[in-house]
Amino acid sequence: MSRPADFRPEVARDRFVVAPSDPVDERIEVGVLVVGGGPAGLACAIRFGQLLEERPDVAERLGDVPLAIVEKGKQVGSHLLSGAVIRPGALQRLFDGHGGLDDMPTYGPVAKEQVYLLTHDRAVPIPTPPPMRNHGNVVVSLSHLGRWLAERAESAGAMLLPETPAVRLLVEDGRVVGVRTGDKGRGQHGEELANFEPGSDLVARVTILAEGTQGHLTTTALDHFDLRGNAAPQVWELGVKEVWKVARPLDRVIHTMGWPLRPQAKYREFGGSFIYPLGDDLVSIGMVLGLDYRDPNLNPHDLLQVLKTHPTVRAILEGGERVEWGAKTIPGGGFHALPRRLHAPGVLLCGDGVGMVNVPTLKGVHYAVESGRLAAEAAFAAVSEATDDAPVSERTLASYDDAVRASFIWDELHEVRDLRQVFTHGFFLGGALGMVNTVTKGRVCIGSPTTEPDDDCPLLPVGRPQPPITHDGVLTFDRLSSVFASGNKTRDDQPNHLLVRTRVAPDVAELWANLCPAQVYTAGPVGDDGLAEVEVAPSNCVQCGAISARGGRLTPPEGGSGPEYWQT
Amino acid sequence: MKALVFLEHHEHAIAPGSLGVLTRAAALDPDVAAVLVGDDQLAPVAAEAGRHGAATVFTVVDAYPSPIAGPRIDVLSELVTSHGFDTILFSNSVLAADVAAGLAARLDAGINWDLVDLEVRDGEPIGKQPMLQDSVLAEVGWRSPQRVALFRPGSFAPVPSVTEREPVVESLVVAFAEHTMAARITERTLRADEGPALADADVIVAGGIGVGSEDGFALVEQLAAALGGAVGATRAAVYKGWYPASAQIGQTGTTVAPKLYVALGISGAVQHKVGMQSSKTIIAVNKDPNAPIFEFSDLAVVGDVHTVVPELVALLRKHAG
Amino acid sequence: MKIAVCVKHVPTGTLRMQPASGTLDRSGPGELNATDRNALEEALRLKEGGDAEVVVVTMGPAAATESLRTGLGMGADRALLVDDDAVVGSDLVATSLVLSRVLERESPDLVLFGQQTSDGGGAVLWAAVAERMQQPFVSQATKLALGDGVVTVERETEVGTDTIEARLPAVVAVSDAINEPRYTSLKGMMGAKKKPLETLSASDLGLAADAVGAAGSRTVVLSTGTPPARAGAVTIEDDAGAAQAILDYLTERDLV
Repeated sequence: MSRPADFRPEVARDRFVVAPSDPVDERIEVGVLVVGGGPAGLACAIRFGQLLEERPDVAERLGDVPLAIVEKGKQVGSHLLSGAVIRPGALQRLFDGHGGLDDMPTYGPVAKEQVYLLTHDRAVPIPTPPPMRNHGNVVVSLSHLGRWLAERAESAGAMLLPETPAVRLLVEDGRVVGVRTGDKGRGQHGEELANFEPGSDLVARVTILAEGTQGHLTTTALDHFDLRGNAAPQVWELGVKEVWKVARPLDRVIHTMGWPLRPQAKYREFGGSFIYPLGDDLVSIGMVLGLDYRDPNLNPHDLLQVLKTHPTVRAILEGGERVEWGAKTIPGGGFHALPRRLHAPGVLLCGDGVGMVNVPTLKGVHYAVESGRLAAEAAFAAVSEATDDAPVSERTLASYDDAVRASFIWDELHEVRDLRQVFTHGFFLGGALGMVNTVTKGRVCIGSPTTEPDDDCPLLPVGRPQPPITHDGVLTFDRLSSVFASGNKTRDDQPNHLLVRTRVAPDVAELWANLCPAQVYTAGPVGDDGLAEVEVAPSNCVQCGAISARGGRLTPPEGGSGPEYWQT
Repeated sequence: MKALVFLEHHEHAIAPGSLGVLTRAAALDPDVAAVLVGDDQLAPVAAEAGRHGAATVFTVVDAYPSPIAGPRIDVLSELVTSHGFDTILFSNSVLAADVAAGLAARLDAGINWDLVDLEVRDGEPIGKQPMLQDSVLAEVGWRSPQRVALFRPGSFAPVPSVTEREPVVESLVVAFAEHTMAARITERTLRADEGPALADADVIVAGGIGVGSEDGFALVEQLAAALGGAVGATRAAVYKGWYPASAQIGQTGTTVAPKLYVALGISGAVQHKVGMQSSKTIIAVNKDPNAPIFEFSDLAVVGDVHTVVPELVALLRKHAG
Repeated sequence: MKIAVCVKHVPTGTLRMQPASGTLDRSGPGELNATDRNALEEALRLKEGGDAEVVVVTMGPAAATESLRTGLGMGADRALLVDDDAVVGSDLVATSLVLSRVLERESPDLVLFGQQTSDGGGAVLWAAVAERMQQPFVSQATKLALGDGVVTVERETEVGTDTIEARLPAVVAVSDAINEPRYTSLKGMMGAKKKPLETLSASDLGLAADAVGAAGSRTVVLSTGTPPARAGAVTIEDDAGAAQAILDYLTERDLV
């Protein structure tokens, strides 16, 4: 029984921290730099633009580009994927008095909802647990929402720079002064190809990390500035989802628990599924699974495939056609795993990157938006009081932490703080304990909420494929077909962006081979040293981040790589 | 339908694609005419066109010794105007595509391309056009008095006509436009017999993971040589370093559509499929009877590449004498 | 010297049809067509080797601005977009009319196209555009050089290599073998936002609404369906006789 943590790659603590290296006159200077074009970063840009509008003098001082957003995907939205039923309050606040939400792309409010407990052939309706109730919430495609927010951000004066990953944190005299963007045009062995284009030092007075789950520089900053403090280690869920064009409209939002996950506590299979209508002709269906599961043969991609064969689910999709597929991790540690500080000199951290997700309610977009908005206000205060000689004050940036603690983000995450942890007791027991916890608004927690990193959990090889499945190419698909349906057409001759050891314990190799929903890893033969070879096909990668939770490290590949989501 | 077929020829040999289109056109219009542009020795070429169904063959002396599109646009528009042809058919090639599109603009006529078939329904020609990497087959029509149709090569097999009639051969002198004369070939190098380039090859033999090793690609090369084809590889095989990336076929490699595609040890992932599914005939050899490639193969051989291929190479060599 | 590069904004990711019209669903995200990058790269190299203005031109919805910005980011000087409801649904011949009008307005010395489009449309557009402008044209260029009033192009055909000389002004379609397009640098991307991008309507080009768009088109998609499965697939499961069976199959179909 190996632990993936024993096979973590050697990554020196400050490997991704550098001082600016471009000559001073070649550095690209912006006022505020946002890393990541998701809901947090875009909300931040929009709020910052609103504040600048009232203070042209500050805009003037910030130069040609008061705010820029770098986004690693081909476009804003290319890497955005969520359920998603969102709570619109934070967006309403953001646009209150600034155009409102009238043209926001949504599929309307949730009219009906149903939770089922599944067995392999039955679906037992159960009362909707209070945190999962969705009255007043709206169904969206996060990719669509992101594209809409991007238009708003551009009209608010932000400069969007897609296909631009931030690969190094620029730190000078203990302060973050910006990021280094990724090189383009390197070959498989790192060599410069004919069209090589080096990355740039992108310097800013304040850098806001809004990278989303498994953020590369977010992790770097948390480590470098010891921001986690005594927080519990972050843990993750993996969401795998599809968008279907359906023959018949679905009239309700559905969540399921139970099958095809195994209820026995020893497997630690925590999760469930969501099925949301996107208007009359599309349905979004996904499976979410806690990444502390123990059976290395468990295949999260295939869990969703097998879920679709359940009679209740099949009835929804029958006669339809899969139009898109994608995967992404969700930080699940909640309140206990929030870093103790969300700022460091020159930098603020927002959204999913620092784990602002409410797992019991399956929501985080509104926290991302709110934290981005609050970050913009702190950054604006900092840049408006700073002079050319003095850098922005850390004290002013610290007001962001205060604002987050005073916001509903903090209250709500605190209320549900012990829910994920109790699920490690197994679904039935954990579910019951969770209910007690919920009805008492978090005041009563039975059992000890301890968490360990996902990759610390010892594996429990069962030795047969889980779930058993054959792919029919109509309802159920193999992983390479799914990667194709993500729109991924990454150049194959790029350097490998995944830091993983390639000789590991056989069960760890098996874990990775099954874990990765994009079939990046293949477990090879076991050598005399008892270790298995791991083959890596990095161009399949859809940057979900699961490997980072289970013993590897995802870093951003060349800009524009990865999936090209549209309606996810 | 009053049809005119553009016949492309190299050194007086009519391209098989052109003869195929002529065969199809003759089935739809017994009075089909064809046009040959070249030197003043086109009579035997015209006879060959007659054997494939052309009732009339127009021969025109080219503006330049080497064939280029411009002058051919002049020839065809002249024929359409003077003889009232309403449907002009081409088999796609570098030359024919340019002529067809230029002609369409000159005549303000509709052009449908990449067609794989043509039917006449209620007197109206209807083209069949695969779309979206051949996952959709559309029926397309024209809304102009003249129609230009450009066919995918290999859509029709050339079949000699049963009637064996002598075509009427009419030689024509065409006044070339100033602008069409303004581009000319100054040098032409015929390709040495080093085997075809992947994208143009009529036959491709490709290897995947099932080939087993870098050395296993020797088998792929041997079969390609025996069939006179080019060698391709899947992404996975390229990734393993078994064959150069220039040979990669698929979504992130070259897209090919040869007459014959032989897939050796290739599972048939969609990333590969989209790069080769337009191939006319697909033969797959794979040990796994459930390999997806068999779902879109014409000949599915469930067997070991290492057994089947050496035998096949030997048989082919014997067959070639 | 002025070089115009005609580009296309094509859908990214998986292509889908709109069942009603039988045309490509373009409502999703798009990007600059891959081979058009080769054409632009060639123009930029000519610009760097001498002195030229490079203009990127496209016809499409407002979203096509993104592809023009990509072109400007790579180094083009200006961009022109024909965006008009009247031109929506133009087929190849109608599109060639619109583009030839834009180009006549610009009167460049050289017009470049990319040889292929990833969405399957407009594959032979350059020849129609050149013919409308009464200019010589060359396709499949794998090498390109400017001389005194002429452009010299090398190209690959089915039978070999041609060297072609065309008088300027001329239209050339380049193949993706001609060069390796550059990436957009960050500075280029930021600078692109400030470069001129002009939007034109059909009437700006003196085009009547019924001369272009669906009304001005000469072809029509009548219906779309699923292609027939490969007919009569044969399966052989006997290793021993397999080689002979393949040979017989090839011989019967005249493939050897």
